[in-house]
Parts: sequence; C-alpha cells; structure tokens
Amino acid sequence: MDVLNAIVVLLNFVIIPATAYGAQLALGALGVTLIYGILRFSNFAHGDTMAFGTAATILVTWGMTGLGMSIAPLPTALLALPFGIMVTMLLVLGFDRVVYRFYRRVKAKPIILVMVSIGVMFTMNALTRFLPGIGVDDIRFADGERFLISVRTFREMTGLEEGLAIRTTQAITVVVAAICVVALFWFLNRTRTGKSMRAYSDNEDLALLSGINPERVVLITWLIVAALATTAGTLYGLDKAFKAFTYFQLLLPIFAAAIVGGLGNPIGAIMGGFLIAFSEVSVTYAFRKVVGYLGPADWQPEGMIQLLSTDYKFAVSFSILLIVLLFRPTGIMKGKSI
Amino acid sequence: MSDNPYQNDRGNKDRSLTNPVGAATMQPAPGTGRAMQSETAFLIGDTMTGGYGQGPDILHDCTIAVNRGEIAVIVGPNGAGKSTAMKAVFGMLNVRQGSVRLDGEDITALTPQARVARGMGFVPQTGNIFASMTVEENLEMGAFIRRDDIRATMEQIYTLFPILRDKRHQAAGELSGGQRQQVAVGRALMTKPKVLMLDEPTAGVSPIVMDELFDRIIEVARTGIPILMVEQNARQALEIADRGYVLVQGRNAHTGTGKELLADPQVRRSFLGG
Repeated sequence: MDVLNAIVVLLNFVIIPATAYGAQLALGALGVTLIYGILRFSNFAHGDTMAFGTAATILVTWGMTGLGMSIAPLPTALLALPFGIMVTMLLVLGFDRVVYRFYRRVKAKPIILVMVSIGVMFTMNALTRFLPGIGVDDIRFADGERFLISVRTFREMTGLEEGLAIRTTQAITVVVAAICVVALFWFLNRTRTGKSMRAYSDNEDLALLSGINPERVVLITWLIVAALATTAGTLYGLDKAFKAFTYFQLLLPIFAAAIVGGLGNPIGAIMGGFLIAFSEVSVTYAFRKVVGYLGPADWQPEGMIQLLSTDYKFAVSFSILLIVLLFRPTGIMKGKSI
Repeated sequence: MSDNPYQNDRGNKDRSLTNPVGAATMQPAPGTGRAMQSETAFLIGDTMTGGYGQGPDILHDCTIAVNRGEIAVIVGPNGAGKSTAMKAVFGMLNVRQGSVRLDGEDITALTPQARVARGMGFVPQTGNIFASMTVEENLEMGAFIRRDDIRATMEQIYTLFPILRDKRHQAAGELSGGQRQQVAVGRALMTKPKVLMLDEPTAGVSPIVMDELFDRIIEVARTGIPILMVEQNARQALEIADRGYVLVQGRNAHTGTGKELLADPQVRRSFLGG
C-alpha cells in the first residue's frame, strides 16, 4: 500500500488535467447556455466560433512575437487574447446582422434558427481554415514558462517516487476561467444591463412591456458569447493544441455539459463542464498504476484497468447526454426543459 | 323606410291624385339611445372594430373609456371580448376602425412599447412577472425606461404592498398567487404610469385574497392613477367601479356607473345571477 504515490498519480493524470479541461468546457458551455437562454436556440456554430476566435488570437500572437513582444513567463497569447476577442466580436456581430437578424424580424421558430446556426457553422468552419497560416494542421502557440511545477522539482521537493507536474497553461486556464465566471455572474446579477438580459430570457413579452430593447440585449449577448468562446478556445489551444476540426468536435462535450447542467442555467453550465470533463478523463484513463500502488507491495494488476480507449472519449459525453435527456431532461440545475 | 307600411303607395304615379314634388324624404334617426361621454375621457378606445391578425372581427364598434381619477371596469360573459377590448386599447389587436386616444392624443398607430413610454401601465393576465428574478429585480425591471432615481417609487410600492418588502429578495415565481399579482401590479406602477390597465387581476386567487387585491386596487386608484380593469367577478368589480362596461359578443351592451349597472334589472338577470 502506498497511498501517497497513488494520490500523486491520480492528481497528475486525472484530477489536474480534468480540472483544466472542465474549466475550458465550462466556458464553452456558458456561451451555449447564454445563447439558448436569451436567443432561444442551440447554437451549433459555437465550436467554430471558438475555433475562429482562437485562430484570430494565434495570428495576433504571431504578430506580437514577430515584433519581439512577450510577457514571459506567461504565454504571449494571453496578451493577444483581447484583440482576438475583438475580432471575433466583429465576426459574430456581422453574422448576426447579415443572418440572424432577419430570422428574428420574421419571428422564425427557434428550430429554424438552429438550422441557420448549422449553416453559420459551416461558413465559419471554412472561414477559419482560409485564415493565413491557420489551415487544417495542429498549431502549438504556447510560449513562456512551460511548467509551474515540473516532475523533477516535485520529486526533489517531496522525495516521492511519482512525479507531479502542473503546466503553466493548466494553472492559467483555471485562473482565467474563474475570473471570467465571476465577472459574468457579477454582470448578470448586479448590473442593470445584465438584469435586463435575465428579464428578457425569463419573459420576452414582459421585457418588451418594461421598455427593454431586445436588439440591445441580443447585441450584448453576442459580445459576451464571442468573448467567452474566444477565451475558452484559446485556453484549450494553449493547454493542448489548436486544430480547427478538434474545435468542431468539442461541440459535443460542450453541448453535453450545457444540457447536463440545465440549458439556460449558467451555474449548471459550469457544473456540467466539470462533470463531463471528469467523466471523460476518468473513464478513459488506465488506472493500472493507481491500483498497483493501492494493492499489496510488488504487485501490479495484469490489465490496464481502463474502461474505454481514449479514442472513444466522445462516447462518454454522448452517453451522459443520452442518460440525462432520458431521465432528467431539465438537467441537474433545473434549466429549461427540452 | 321600407318597413313603414304607410310609405308604400302601391306604384301610384297619378299626379292628379298626389303631388310628389318637394315632399320630405329625410328620416330622422338620432343616436344610440345611450348617452356616452367620451370627450373628457383620459384614455379611450373609441368605436373600435377589429380582430387578431387577419382573422374575423371580434370587437364591433366597441367603446371603452376611463376618466381621470376613476376606476373603469369591463365585465361580461365568457368570450364577450373583454380581454380583447383591453388588448385593443393597448395596441395588441388589429384595430380596423375607430381610434385609441390618450389624453386627447391619437395613439392608435403606436406599438405597445411606445404606449408604455407614453405612460400606460399594463398588467397582462398571465406571464406578468419575471418568475426567476427576485421581487426587487422585478420592480427594477419595471422601471427600466426610467433614468432617474427609482428608490422613492419603490418605497411607495413597498408601502402600498407591505408583503413585497418582506419578500423582496425572494424569487417572484416562489410567491403565492395573490402576492404574484401584487408584484405584477407593482412592476407596472414602477414606470409611474398615467393610467393602469389590469387584465383580470383576481383570476385564480382565493376569495379572501381577492378582497385584499380589490382593496389594494382602490388604494392605487386613490393615488390618482386612473384604472381600466377587466374582471370575471362582475359584482365585486362593479361595486368599486366608477364606470362599468358590459360587453356582449364584442359590442357595448350596457354602460353606466357601477351602481347603475348593479341596479339595472336586465344586467342583474343576465350577468349577475338575479
């Protein structure tokens, strides 16, 4: 029995990566849930909004490093993020003006908007790939200090056999996500504009009667969603790597997170993000070493003790999605019933 | 003219017997037989004819008015167009004929939002609160179009509806039916409206709560705000009404002060159950 080493292995390979991944999913799911709550449709273009935002941030990052700018030990992308957000806001508002506004004016049923968002998804998808230097390949753009705590320093510090690494990007992810969430909740619950957005989401007719301007609510929603999507995308890209297709695939865990938490409910989106991330990582992780440490000395289990191969990680979010839709369609936090 | 048998001359054209030249042809046909004073009305939906969208007409030459400082009540049997008449006044119905005037100004062409900005407060029958928001946030949202300090108005509303002060941090959706209606009325009052329109404020609440709500409505009216209200409970509503309108099939059937209508044997027989 070697509990300490088992815990370290678990932390290093499951808890820390899942926390970072969960924070990224939570930010993505917050965007989806905001659109669902306020514009009243599931935005299929969200994954590609994240991809475009990240691509824009990468381009700005390259420009900045080209000029010799750096905020080491932090990655330059954090400095570029506000500019990436602004570009994404412009793109999203452009799509709203050219595409979505028409459907609002004719009071289209939400399902039509869902289909429209799929069209927007394909357009954004192509647009991202056409950006100079982005293309379809993996791009790593994290620079600055790589580790907050590296395996070796941890071993030297503790004298344990197993090492624990915390990457800078993981720490940044959690911190930035926390800041975003606090800022968003403050905005929604404390400011006049934020409250008007909640009012519009709650009861559109009454919001109109109270003099709330729907176009303004929609505009601000898109701005916030663009900021959240770009931040989520950039954090994911820093943590792993950027590839347009991966972001498109992220749509599934993000939707699963938003629905598990309860669509339209921001707190639910965050909980859902972590729930999906922890399930995905723990179901696809091989627990051989952990069990080995917990078992008698000099014993290792024969199998990998892995429930699913990592190739099947999407099956995890998909199954959770199905189970939730079957047994609790309103999600954990009682969002709007679907 | 044609139903007068004495007008039938059976085709006589013989001028030696009758002289048609210069004989009178005009027939006097004055008025409706019901006096209606609409000139001084603060808010009036004047001879409105209209229906929803492109559908058939539901209202037929229907007139609803409320004077300054008064309570006007629209009563009538189910499907008489009571709520429809109120919606027409608020701009949620295709009014094909007639006009709506607020303080002498024609507002027939304005959207409901614009009418709110002009000083009309409207409390719909259903969906009249932001259920997921706290009572205080509901009131704040009611005052969204105002840019000045709203605390004094909120204080007035808490004085008017003391229960709301106790529950101000509670989600409005968690309150009882009567309390929700108070939130709804309070929200509408936050704009400092010049006239308040209530669509069945006592629908679905118990008789005791209903009495309390009526008391509150009278109190609101005492602050000087004219109230136009649709009510199912005709007798109670007419008791507090300065002016009552009985609608039948989208037409004005009886109009008068609340007391007159309560005393009117025909109204009693048809709508008040004897």
